[in-house]
Amino acid sequence: MFGLEAKDFRLLLLVALLTMAAPFILNPFPVDSGMAQFNAGYPDLMQRFVIFGIFAIGFNILFGLTGYLSFGHAAFLGVGSYAAMWMMKLLTMNVIPGILVSVVVAGIFSLAVGWISLRRSGIYFSILTLAFAQMSYSLAYSVLTPITGGETGLQPKVTDPRILDAALTGNAPKANLFGLEMGSSTDLVMGGWVFTFNVGYYVAAVVMIFAFYMSIRIFRSPFGMMLRAVKSNQQRLNYTGLNAKPYTLAAFVISGMYAGLAGGLMVAMDTQVGAERMFWTASGEVVLMSILGGVGTLIGPVLGAGAIKYMENILSKINKDILYEWFAFLPDGLQDFVITLVYPFIGKGWHLTLGLIFMAVVIFLPGGLVEGGQRIAAMFKRKKPSDNTPDGKTTPAE
Amino acid sequence: MSKMNLTRRGVIQTGAVAGAAGLTLPTYLRADGHSGFTNAPEGSSVTLGFNVPQTGPYADEGADELRAYELAVEHLNGGGDGGLMNTFSSKALQGNGILGKKVEYVTGDTQTKSDAARASARSMIEKDGAVMITGGSSSGVAVAVQALCQEAGVIFMAGLTHSNDTTGKDKKANGFRHFFNSYMSGAALAPILANNYGTDRKAYHLTADYNWGYTTEEAVRTSTEAMGWETVAAVKTPLTQTDFSSYIAPVLQSGADVLVLNHYGGNMVNSLTNAVQFGLRDKQVNGKNFEIVVPLYSRLMAKGAGANVKGIFGSTNWHWSLQDEGSKAFVQSFGTKYGFPPSQAAHTCYVQALLYADAVERAGSFNPCAVGEALEDFEFDGMGNGPTLYRGEDHQCFKDVLVVKGKENPTSEFDLLEIVEVTPTSQVTYDASIFGGELGACNPGA
Repeated sequence: MFGLEAKDFRLLLLVALLTMAAPFILNPFPVDSGMAQFNAGYPDLMQRFVIFGIFAIGFNILFGLTGYLSFGHAAFLGVGSYAAMWMMKLLTMNVIPGILVSVVVAGIFSLAVGWISLRRSGIYFSILTLAFAQMSYSLAYSVLTPITGGETGLQPKVTDPRILDAALTGNAPKANLFGLEMGSSTDLVMGGWVFTFNVGYYVAAVVMIFAFYMSIRIFRSPFGMMLRAVKSNQQRLNYTGLNAKPYTLAAFVISGMYAGLAGGLMVAMDTQVGAERMFWTASGEVVLMSILGGVGTLIGPVLGAGAIKYMENILSKINKDILYEWFAFLPDGLQDFVITLVYPFIGKGWHLTLGLIFMAVVIFLPGGLVEGGQRIAAMFKRKKPSDNTPDGKTTPAE
Repeated sequence: MSKMNLTRRGVIQTGAVAGAAGLTLPTYLRADGHSGFTNAPEGSSVTLGFNVPQTGPYADEGADELRAYELAVEHLNGGGDGGLMNTFSSKALQGNGILGKKVEYVTGDTQTKSDAARASARSMIEKDGAVMITGGSSSGVAVAVQALCQEAGVIFMAGLTHSNDTTGKDKKANGFRHFFNSYMSGAALAPILANNYGTDRKAYHLTADYNWGYTTEEAVRTSTEAMGWETVAAVKTPLTQTDFSSYIAPVLQSGADVLVLNHYGGNMVNSLTNAVQFGLRDKQVNGKNFEIVVPLYSRLMAKGAGANVKGIFGSTNWHWSLQDEGSKAFVQSFGTKYGFPPSQAAHTCYVQALLYADAVERAGSFNPCAVGEALEDFEFDGMGNGPTLYRGEDHQCFKDVLVVKGKENPTSEFDLLEIVEVTPTSQVTYDASIFGGELGACNPGA
């Protein structure tokens, strides 16, 4: 269906089902229970899951297929965000023009960056992209302050021109899709559980499913095959008389457009953009997401993005008081001891936990979380040796 | 290309599962708005969101802010010695929580990044049901979170933010700031500088290359030029700079005899240290002693710069050595709990939390619009800054500004600054319209 093989279609269907049912899946604990701390089904985080999912899917098209490690993808995300924000300031608070323009602008920008950076490969390529991203960050942070708002960033204001919209009366402008506000939610209360359905999340989720579908098509296309050829042996490719650069450049631009799309969506969901979105750590984050999930796999980057965003938003919010509540059943001395042990890994120490998990994954599951899933599945399945095709979905990249 | 096999059995099975899911009826479906405003507290407690930098360059300030908030919550709930509630001119707070509801709180890490700060604030609003967000140690973050709170319909009580923009061009009806701003620093410093250094000085500015730097530079420039100083040059330095030697060297050739460091936090510590190492302060230029000025001072910065701060002028919002009843009470209860005196960041955050609670009591509702109305043009005293006005036009507090100097003979590691003058409110008051911006209407959300 949709030009996909049955296996891929099932995967797409699974992703679609999971994203659509996310408000249920991510809120497994009743609101009043102690475990509610771990619920992730609130609009902001759900939106972040899918948006960073898109970012990682796009990044994976470049890194997973061609093996070119870009360390500057956050720049495209940022450029897309700024473009979308300006559309919202100048044209309309409707998210459609913003998202479209963010993809186009990020595409053009990545064409320029890719044109130069792709003259080199390997570590030199990575450094070039990193340099471009840091340059963009510095420009946005200070020199381009009139356009980017500098440190303070940009937000839509009541007084912005917005030529397509009717004049606002008093209140803050809100991003919408033909009048449907991105921020509006409906709560479904079932017993102790509350499930939140947010308009913005579903808009972003539909876009992500489409982005995921596109990525499957690219993975399975002859073009995708060429990209894999670049990864496995570019020299051999050159000797056969093929010029690899148009292919790598196309992959670079496509993944840049994905990043722009993610940036545009970020602005659509939360109408604010700041320069630190382009900082090199943000570029590093998407590399982590891909590796954590499984480079070169279809679903891996989405899982990696989810895992990192979950830790950033849930683990980092556990503070000492909550720990005291949890371990209240222990005798005093022991309680303090346990809390001293656990405390460095939560709250502001979530980076430490992330680092440990990342190390564990790289050492024990080089194929990322996807490999972990496969190993678990293999434990319950009978061996079917012939089924093992190197189709990109089940094969770890390196 | 389709190879999808839809069997009759498969379709029926799927349908049955879907049907079963649909039959599990919800108790009720609710949209926001049943209570008239976002996150109306239900039950016997109310949740406040403390959004402070726990990692990144301002983690020290953030940690102190969080201590102050924990202290404020303790006092609001009737614990401890009551702190500033005893000296506060409004007596609406009873020590039984806010409107009889026990105060609970959630914390988050802004990382001093607007994106992270907004994500953490949104999770507090959407997940934890926080009815007010407060904290932060940077103007960029304050502006970003303030806009978010305006959109979401909760009150934002700014923490440490010194840029004019927060209550200037980026002001919002749901946002309130107790801390002073760049303009006030300039207006308070200028007369002191004129008295001590004369009116015919040549100033050289080094300015951190971001919004706060710009507004501070402009404020100091305008007010010093008004009394006769000349600005020789203003050079922007990258925020991430750690070695300022290359920026200090040209200062001496420029013929300037005063160096103004529009830097904050680690930036200021490094640039000041470099300047002193270059021997700037021992130099004679134009027949006068070379001087250095730091517009925004904090005790934590003074600590970082060590002996280099001796004799250097700057301004600050509050200092623990103040001798009024409010300041003494706050230093007392903070010191008893944590063992050292509070910083100005801690003070402003503590006061903001109390002011919010008091406004809710007086308004009789958590509704942001009612709270905003109670805060607007509210005059109070006993919070350590003398008589203070929360101006209604821009939601900025107007109070005395402290001009401080690095102490020549510090007696302890906390006793680093001495108060030179308390500039009266009238001298730092400005017209609300000079920075532009639109307050807009208050938004109760829902």
